[in-house]
Amino acid sequence: MPPAVSPLLQDLQAELPAACLLTDRADLITYAYDGTAAMRQLPLAVVLPLTADQIQATLGIARKHRTPVVTRGSGTGLSGGSIPVANSIVITLVRMDRILELDTRNLTLLVEAGAITQKIYEAADAAGLFYPPDPGSMKISTIGGNVAENSGGLRGLKYGVTRDYVMGMEVILADGKRCWLGSRCVKDVAGYNLRDLFIGSEGTLGIVTQVLLKLLPKPAGRQTLLASFTSMEDAAETVSQIIAARIVPCTLEFLDRKTIQCVENFTRVGLPVDAAALLLIETDGHPAAATEEAQKIEDLCHAHGASSVRRARDSAEAVQLATARRSAFSALARLKPTTILEDVTVPRSELAGMIREVALIAERWNVEIATFGHFGDGNLHPTILTNERDLEEMKRVEHAIDAIVEAALARKGTITGEHGVGLAKKQFLRRQIGDSSHQLLTLVKRSLDPDNLLNPGKIFDLPPFADHHVDAPAH
Amino acid sequence: MSTPLPTKAIPAKLGVGPHGLAALDYSILQQCMHCGMCLPSCPTYLETKRERHSPRGRIALMRAIADGEYAVTREFGEEMYYCLGCLACTTACPAGVNYAELFETARADIEQHRVLDTPARRGIRWFALRLVFTRPRLLKVLGRLLWLYQRSGVQTLLRKIGLFSLLPRRLRELEKQTPEVRTQFSDSLVKEVEAPYGPKRHRVAVLTGCVQDILFSEINHATVEVLRENGCEVFTPRNQYCCGSLHAHNGDPEAAKDLARRQIEMISPESVDAIITNAGGCGSHLKHYDTLLADDPRYAARARIWSNKVHDIHEWLVKISFRKPKEAPQQDQVITYHESCHLCHGQKIVSQPREILRSLPGMTLRECAQSSHCCGSAGIYNLTQPATAASLQAQKVARIRETGAHVVATSNPGCHLQLQIGLRDADDSMIEVSQPVLLLARAYAEERRHRTMKR
Repeated sequence: MPPAVSPLLQDLQAELPAACLLTDRADLITYAYDGTAAMRQLPLAVVLPLTADQIQATLGIARKHRTPVVTRGSGTGLSGGSIPVANSIVITLVRMDRILELDTRNLTLLVEAGAITQKIYEAADAAGLFYPPDPGSMKISTIGGNVAENSGGLRGLKYGVTRDYVMGMEVILADGKRCWLGSRCVKDVAGYNLRDLFIGSEGTLGIVTQVLLKLLPKPAGRQTLLASFTSMEDAAETVSQIIAARIVPCTLEFLDRKTIQCVENFTRVGLPVDAAALLLIETDGHPAAATEEAQKIEDLCHAHGASSVRRARDSAEAVQLATARRSAFSALARLKPTTILEDVTVPRSELAGMIREVALIAERWNVEIATFGHFGDGNLHPTILTNERDLEEMKRVEHAIDAIVEAALARKGTITGEHGVGLAKKQFLRRQIGDSSHQLLTLVKRSLDPDNLLNPGKIFDLPPFADHHVDAPAH
Repeated sequence: MSTPLPTKAIPAKLGVGPHGLAALDYSILQQCMHCGMCLPSCPTYLETKRERHSPRGRIALMRAIADGEYAVTREFGEEMYYCLGCLACTTACPAGVNYAELFETARADIEQHRVLDTPARRGIRWFALRLVFTRPRLLKVLGRLLWLYQRSGVQTLLRKIGLFSLLPRRLRELEKQTPEVRTQFSDSLVKEVEAPYGPKRHRVAVLTGCVQDILFSEINHATVEVLRENGCEVFTPRNQYCCGSLHAHNGDPEAAKDLARRQIEMISPESVDAIITNAGGCGSHLKHYDTLLADDPRYAARARIWSNKVHDIHEWLVKISFRKPKEAPQQDQVITYHESCHLCHGQKIVSQPREILRSLPGMTLRECAQSSHCCGSAGIYNLTQPATAASLQAQKVARIRETGAHVVATSNPGCHLQLQIGLRDADDSMIEVSQPVLLLARAYAEERRHRTMKR
């Protein structure tokens, strides 16, 4: 251990209650990872604050000892955004999980950053309101993490992503200052939009402690359809036809054959395991409109080669089907232990071609890829199924990932639709945004965090100030 | 056909052979891709929000041990004994991680490395695991002594004069929890072979369990009665051995294997259509004899037959389309159901007990929030981790009371006891704790009473 450790820990022990500071080896091992495959790094210490003051105190000590700070929620991230960097302090916000205020006159909800997304959804629902963003891991992900990664979800097509529901937030900056970004007004154009700068900043600009969320009235009606196809082309064509018919479902998800089989293996909800592609479609809104749209979609499915269309009988069945879709990524681990989830997104018109190309890439590099994702918004999750201990295969996997990224960029797509850049995709960022934009990002980081204290080495590296390098991920 | 039983007691030396995390098939550890889906299901994680108290965290520790980056330490031992072993994570896990095997291997490793060893602990383990729970007659003698102590008035007297206030707090709490031993054990309530009421359709064997037999023998009696009502000839061996779940869950796989072999000898699995268990924890373990004895050349084949034939009583009744009772012993009763962890997560038996409860005339099933969340009993967890157990118990009792039910049914003696004590301590609660089969047997008995009255 480096010599600086002891004084740092002494300071932390002096400032924090014993129950908020973890330094045992067992604890450090269990905060070395998040949901990302094949990346691990032990921190020096873990802080579980109960108040913003404790976060400020921790940041003060970190500054004094020039020790990086990595903030995390439940650690469900998929781009390595919350994996510790070498010799860092991890701050995990899971114990700051209160719902502070539900304002039914202004349709807002004020919560602490560690509040679980599902609990937020339920609190809104109980008041007849609706919080739409629903990341696949919403049962355990925290709102702070959602804001930091600008998480998407299954309802992105109609309702957008986390960014679209954050009205304001409290952040603690690297120098320990606390500030409020955004406002309680629906309209507000006072000054730079710093709120949006922090959303999706992956913990590199500040630590979010409270979030003010916008809520919608709960849609009165909802219809859920499950359509199976004997070819992915038919499914893709059906989606194009739905969009062309000027229908915007709230959910338009797809799964390929491998994914269907793994999901069914886990959930046993009766998915057609012989289908080549499955579409999960939801409409919502006024009950009559939701039903009419569902009927139109059903007709379009049949007209474009669907082998069967199943309509959820009640909300329990609808929830069951959505839950099945949410488990897709984790269920794929049934095939191979290491699942590397890609997150490329392309303009919707490019989706069918992109899916075909992923299949070709899998063939060319002889790797197993299952694909599922959000058909409606072009967000694709080709998931590479491998074993991190098979080093020869891992080389081919890297080539395949590179080829997928290239294919998406060639189609004017993006390297990440909802998971963030983190550690996993920073090698590709410059390719997408170009040198001058890349430089602009680092300039923003430097102006807000000159010591490179907050989550360094994520999104990009900062060469001239690089006091703290991220170690090569340990396998 | 019969294989000679080992005549000597199981050697007191713990853990022989290559168990342990380092020797475990690595792919079982690797199956966990740390996605975090298990976190919201884990009672200990929800209590502390500390990652090491989650399934994902515990598996990370095990993997670090297998990778040689961490050792089987006292800290690891305490962590693995803080885990309830409720297996809720296995229901939540989309990747299908075999946590049950990881859990048992980790605990065996801890015992083998003796990281938690103290003379007192060693003594208690030897007494419980190696002495009492391997000798059915001794267990019954102890049960009888406890009964005498309770019935003779000595317990009441000692409680009255306040002698227990001299005990340390933890033992004092324990004393209050001493359950009431039954006057008669299963052997005197049911004959070794009982004929069905009506034509014989199946031949089954019934396992009476250890704790079940001493504290809830009436449930065993009800189990046999319900089977007889449904065309089963019932074989209930005398003086049954412990099934070994206690040993497997507490790091003593060798004793567990030996007890499994004895069970197979006691009931030749070839000779019956089904082997019936009515305790969730026992059932979960009994169904895994095939993997437990997979490497035993003499028993592997019979263990496979055994595992195929083991049925939880609820599972069996639904499978053979049990007869719905027509008479209600009581009217307008609201009933709720607490799922025993090893029944719902270990055996994935969820709908069958509810089907039985719904079939009861005069009773309405009202679901309890988080019915599959652990009650904190978890084997001997309420003795080893009293604070966490008490917190889980309080949450469970509160949710049961929210339903407004008159009766709560459950299907594991540990849960049964935990709920009884929890409800008793929650002041004026009049909620009865029962078992689906007990209620079904009562309804059948009511039917018979009506028939006799008509004659």
